[in-house]
Amino acid sequence: MRRVSLIDSQWNPDGDIGAFGRAVSDKAGAIASFIGKVRGGGVEALELKHYPAMTLRGMEDLADTVSARWSLDGLLIMHRVGVMYPGEAIVAVSAAAPHRRAAFEAVDFAMDYLKSAAWFWKREKTAGGWQWIEPRAQDHEDLARWT
Amino acid sequence: MAVTLVFLGRLEDAAGCDSMTLDIDAPQTIAQLARRLDPELAVAIGGKDIRVAIDGNIVDKGEAVVRDGAELAFLPPVSGG
Repeated sequence: MRRVSLIDSQWNPDGDIGAFGRAVSDKAGAIASFIGKVRGGGVEALELKHYPAMTLRGMEDLADTVSARWSLDGLLIMHRVGVMYPGEAIVAVSAAAPHRRAAFEAVDFAMDYLKSAAWFWKREKTAGGWQWIEPRAQDHEDLARWT
Repeated sequence: MAVTLVFLGRLEDAAGCDSMTLDIDAPQTIAQLARRLDPELAVAIGGKDIRVAIDGNIVDKGEAVVRDGAELAFLPPVSGG
């Protein structure tokens, strides 16, 4: 069970994560899921831009890397693009594995990758207008943990 | 003959558009193309942290040759999730 997709309109990942959990084999004793959402508190809107020639292919490569590194029964990677508002989902990652450690680690790694190595560019709208968000040093350090 | 330049992330602001077309009469290096752009934009796309892709594949900025019909994308540091 593998699902990798880009979503370009308002989206609630609960249904996708539920369907993923039902679709994986019963060998999967562990399913870990992460949902990233637009944080409120000053941010009025968030826009995720991407490069269609590379983004989805890069996410498929990420899924290959995760699947090669951990023995999984299933992997879901879904990412929003476009304009979204506080409380809306940006990203969902789920991993199913025989035991919990692989599931947790696969999700953690995939998120570190999506934050600082996938072909997305994020800008935020606050009272001061739109501003591009540069990756934080912490994001690169998080990804470097896995090398 | 022409090539398409695509500006991602903050480079879209520097360019004032997300893409543009440049006519070429022969294969060009990226430096040759950059000389035809607004100087501020040329500096922005020449930054050390800007990666370049031709037709969806990352290339070496110093060595790449851009041919008729190519799509040249300028990719600043990413921030997803």
